[in-house]
This record gives sequence, C-alpha cells and structure tokens, in this order.
Amino acid sequence: MYISLRDRPVHDELTSPRSTRSPVGRVVIVLGLVSLLTDVSSESVSAILPLYLTMVVGLTPVAYGLIDGLYQGVSALVRLGGGWLSDATDRPKWVAFLGYGLSAVARVFLLFASGAAGIAAVVTTDRIGKGIRTAPRDAMISSSTPTEHLGRAFGVHRMLDTIGAALGPLIAFVLLWLVPGGYSVVLVVSLAFALAGVALLGLLGPDIRTRREEAEKTGPTPPPFRWRDLTDRRLRPLLAVCGLLGLLTVGDGFIYLALLDHGDVNVYWFPLFYVGTNLAYLLLAVPVGRLADRVGRARILVMGHLALVGAYLCSVLPTSMAAATVGTLLLLGTFYAATDGVVAALAGRLVPVQARTSGIAAAQTVVALTRMFASAGFGMLWYLLGPGAAMMTVAALLAGAVLLAATRIARLDHAVVTP
Amino acid sequence: MTARVRLLAFVVVVVALVVAAGVYAVTEGREVRAQRSAEPEAPQTPVMSVVDEPRIVFRHTGLDNEYGTVAVVPLDDPGGARAFTGAACDRVAARAEGVSCLITDPGVATSFEVQELDADWNEVASTPLPGVPSRTRLSPDGTLVATTVFVSGHSYMSTGFSTATEVHEFGGGTRWGNLEKFDLVLDGRAVNPVDRNIWGVTFADNETFYATAATGGRTWLVEGNLTERTLTSVSADAECPALSPDGSRVAFKVDVDPGRAVVWQIAVQDLATGERTLLERGPRGLDDQVEWLDDDTILYGLPRADQPGVTDVWSVDADADAEPELLIEQAWSPTVVR
Repeated sequence: MYISLRDRPVHDELTSPRSTRSPVGRVVIVLGLVSLLTDVSSESVSAILPLYLTMVVGLTPVAYGLIDGLYQGVSALVRLGGGWLSDATDRPKWVAFLGYGLSAVARVFLLFASGAAGIAAVVTTDRIGKGIRTAPRDAMISSSTPTEHLGRAFGVHRMLDTIGAALGPLIAFVLLWLVPGGYSVVLVVSLAFALAGVALLGLLGPDIRTRREEAEKTGPTPPPFRWRDLTDRRLRPLLAVCGLLGLLTVGDGFIYLALLDHGDVNVYWFPLFYVGTNLAYLLLAVPVGRLADRVGRARILVMGHLALVGAYLCSVLPTSMAAATVGTLLLLGTFYAATDGVVAALAGRLVPVQARTSGIAAAQTVVALTRMFASAGFGMLWYLLGPGAAMMTVAALLAGAVLLAATRIARLDHAVVTP
Repeated sequence: MTARVRLLAFVVVVVALVVAAGVYAVTEGREVRAQRSAEPEAPQTPVMSVVDEPRIVFRHTGLDNEYGTVAVVPLDDPGGARAFTGAACDRVAARAEGVSCLITDPGVATSFEVQELDADWNEVASTPLPGVPSRTRLSPDGTLVATTVFVSGHSYMSTGFSTATEVHEFGGGTRWGNLEKFDLVLDGRAVNPVDRNIWGVTFADNETFYATAATGGRTWLVEGNLTERTLTSVSADAECPALSPDGSRVAFKVDVDPGRAVVWQIAVQDLATGERTLLERGPRGLDDQVEWLDDDTILYGLPRADQPGVTDVWSVDADADAEPELLIEQAWSPTVVR
C-alpha cells in the first residue's frame, strides 16, 4: 500500500525548520500509547498470574518458577531476528505489529490454557512477541525525532510505557474486587487492552520507511541492510561500553534480596520494591532524557551507572532500613531512566539508516546477554563472600568500569550521527 | 485510507472492545454472583455433630455460597453431609487442638496471612505472610505451625521466584524464622547455595520434621531439626513430603519426566530401608502435598480439568498398582483429625 506524504503530518513536521518547536512528535505519542495499552495488558496478567496459577489452575511454586524463568530468557534471542526483519523489509511498523499481534494472540490462548505446559507455551509466545517488537518500535521513535531531541522522545515513550505498567495491576485488582474470583474477566479485559494497542499501531501508527525516505530526500537509495553494517566503527565502542557495564549490572532481584538481608524487613515488602523502582523510573524518564539531550547521551548512559553503584552500596551499607530502601529504589529508578531509552537513542544513530533497527537490537541484546552473565556470576560471588562483601566488590568494580568507560564518552557523543 | 478514516476505524475498534469486554465482565459478574449465592449441592449438617469423632477437615470448592470455606466430614462417611465452619482459608491444616489457615486478601497490594484458630474456630493469632499461600502443616500435638508461601515480585523487570517456609509456635511464641537460614547438608556435604528453596514441611514431632530442599534445579528430601537448626538430606528427587501416622514411611511427589516437563507422580519411601515405591497407576500431574488417611492410604486434591477453581479430594492406596478413588467432591487441602 502506498501512502502519500500528506497522510503523515509527522514527516512534514520533522523535515520542516519549525520542528524544533514540538520535539516530541505524534509518532512518539502514538507509540507510547501503544506501549501503554500493551503494558496495561501484560502487567495486569502478570499481577494476577501467581494467584491465578496457584488458586485456580492449581500449580505449585516450582511449576510457576519454571514458567517465570521462561518469561525472561526468550526475548533476548529473538530481538536480533526482529531487527534484521525490520531492516531487510524497511517496514519497522509491520514487524512491530507482528510482535504486538503475537502477544495479543497469546492472551487469547491464556484464557483456555490449563496445566503447566499450556501456560508455558502461552508465556513463551508472549515473550517472543516482545522480543520482536522492541527494536523496530525504538527505530521508529528514532527515525521520527530530530537528533537533538532523541533523549526526551525516548523519555516520553518510556514514561507512557511505565504508566501502563503501573496501571495494569491496579485495573486487575479493581476487577477482582468487583467480581470475586473473576480471573477470566481480568484475562478478557487484558485481551481487550492488547487488541486496542494492536489496532492503534495498525491504524494510526506511522509506516516509517527510513530507507525509502532517505532516497526521496537525498537521491540515491541506501543499500539494503547487511550484517556488516553492525560492525560500524561508530557502533563498536558503544557495544563495548554497554557490554563492559552490563557485565557488572546484577539483576534487581539480588539488590532487593540484599536489602532484605541487610535489615530486619518483612519479605512482605518484596513486591513493593518493584513498584517503588517503577515509580522512580516513571518520574525521572523525561527529565533525565532531556538532560541527556543537553549534556550528551553517552555521558548520561555511563554516569547513570554511578546511580547503580549507589544502589549497590545503599542496599548493604549500615543505615536505617527506611533510608536504605528509599535510597536504593530511587537510585535504581535513576539508573533505568539514564540507560533504558538512552541506549536505543544512541544506537539508532550510530549505524547507517538501513541498519537502524538492527543497530538498536544489537545494543539491546548486548545489554541483555551481559546482564544475564552478570547475574549468574554474581550468584557465585554472593555464595563465596556473602551479600555485603559481594555487593561492595561489584560496586567497586562497576565504579572502575565507569571510569574506564568515561574515557570513551567524548568519542561517542561527538561521533558523526546518521540523521 | 485517509487519516480520518483510520482514526474513525480506531474509535470503532475501541468502542467494540469496550462493549465486548464490558458485556463479558457484567455477564460473568452476574454469573459469579448467582453461583456464589446458591446453596451447596452437598447435604449439610451442623458443626457440633462432627467435633468429637475422627474427621476430615478441608476447603470446600463448590461454586456456591460456601466457596472457599472450611468444611468437616466424619472420617467414616467422607461423602456424606458436610459441616461448614464459617472460616475461609486458601490452605488449611487441622489437629484436634487447633487449625492453621492461610488467607489471601486480594487488593492493589495483595496481602496474605496465617490465622490460627482454636478448636471452636475462633481466631487466636494471626501473622502476615510474605507471599502467595502454598502449604501449611501442624505438628502432631498441634503446638507447631509450618507455612510455605511463594514470594514473587510482579511487574516489569522482575525475575525468578522464591519460597519462604517458616515454623512458629501455635498461638504465638517462638519463631524459628525462614528455614533457608538453617544449615544445609546435602549428600553428606555442608553447602550454602544462594538459590536454595525449602518447602512443604511435615512434622514427626516438635523437634524433627521433613521437607523439600531445592538448589541448582534438583530437589532433596531433607530431615530437619529445629533445635540444631539443620536440614540434612535423606534422598534426592522428592518434593512435598508427608509422614505416615506411624512415622515409618514418607509419601512425596516425584518428577517422572525430568528435564522436559514437570509431571509429578506419588512415591512412597520406607524410612528404615530407603526402599522407594512409585504409585504407577496413581495420579499423573499431581500438584499437592499429600496427606495420610491412615497408615496405608494417601489423600490429595486434584483440580477439575473442565471447571476452573473446582477441585476434588481423591484417595489411593500406597501400593505400586493401586487405583485412585474419588473420596470427597468439591474439596481441597484435606487433613485428617484423629
């Protein structure tokens, strides 16, 4: 289907000289709302899934644990595939659509799945969908925003996304309160949110075709995507920095466990740690993104890891439990605000346009894989040294890594970026 | 399609979704309310009639106005009239002296607690729990309570799961805390893994108990000692043990399809000889901590495949070729009070 440029005011907006007046374009808002709806859907299900599986389906901790494990690992693997597909076809919108659609279909089957195997299949499908859609979506944000406002654009997107994540559990429990035992109502409403997200993307999402637009603007069509584009001299230092810092980024779970171990706090608060971190992230995503635009995104990305160093220390240093908890969650939220969207904002511009999605996917995969290694390694360190010493060690190592990475900041922030 | 047509189409889709989900929620809500106001199918009897004789205490799971409340039937007539106690529990364990009742209070911050009830079903103590109720057991004389819950952080970047199993004195008093803090000895070696989980306690007396310990993807049947704060492995590959009334045998779940899926069946192990018998024709895919009806018979709850939320209690002899029998319909979490 050919779409005339007139259908997309966004395009005019970003190519016109007045674009600086509204740096966060319609594309970012639409994609942010798609993420919001989708996150309401997925988080309302995750919030009730433990209760649903144990009380209705009748599964135990172990079966649930296996499913939860699946939930995590799968999406990193398919991310590069989604990036490649998006760049090869020059159709990020429809690849993202496929990803969102797959997750929506998984919700349908969750209604009928009973038993561990069925639920595992559903959960895996959902995560594959997430893996496919993330990079193309970020590439669309990247392509539709003027370079100087990328940090803020990603901040706005991540804020909307996190609002959805916060609303999901709220909606789920209001429904359960209205209809006691009405888990199927939650699942149906969750499906409706997922479908609304898919419809919003399909109908109002921008069909951005970076390669073709590039051809219309500058004449020659950029060459098709080749894997070699990912070895771009501008991208390599970013991947190296992300990998180095990722290797010293242990999972949130460990930080929360250290926090529990350190004080005499009831495990009852454990789920609320996630809520606290999300809240901090939600509030800080936009301001930190704007700061990144002003002082340099690579600088914020690297310095954001100092907040993580702070969170490590805060979780084990002897202070009052309240101070330790608030400090840790706030610092952790800052860390996510300074890294999650910022990595995508950086990576998309350090490769040629035809490799934009794959570039973002590559950076996100490096981050995900190194963090998985980090958590495995940290598990052993915790076992050998105990929580306190292990946290102090990894905090010291990460501080050193930040110093090392800081020597690359200037090169990254001053690299020639793809428009 | 022009932008306006697309916007219109989106609005139409959203309206259709809101209407569809709304209609479903209202219909389902009405149906649930109708179900929850119906009288139970099973005949009823006053609680007074079953307090002194040997009995089975369980959670009633019929979709009616007693859904989730604890009921009692005589041991010699389990299919007969049931007495409803008014106590609502997700998991329940009972002795003549009292009852341990695990409760979920759903909400934005869903909370969980263990309530201890006396023989007349009056609350004597309650303690918050750190997660979703999974198991509870009392010691033979009713003076100790064990609870297992699973702790899970919901949302976004959450990862993994963890159990928390605690033992405390009935009605308040000594707390032994999370059993994960006990010294763990597996296959003769003292270990201290960070990924350990302990669950499913069954008491031998007020000092010794059995439970499951898991680390590195494997499970062990462990013998615990409350005074020495130790957990020592007895044998590998066993979950959710239940000690027979005479203390000679332990029944537990084993994963008969390890590596691929989790398919649990029941096995019984003689503690003196270590000899293990798999109940070949017993339930496949069982997911409950079993209970002994007597020294030869095992009880367990099983969800109905076609009716979400409804479960039945089955019994099976502790023999390799025994066939399960339906014992109590619409029941869950059974315990025998002798």
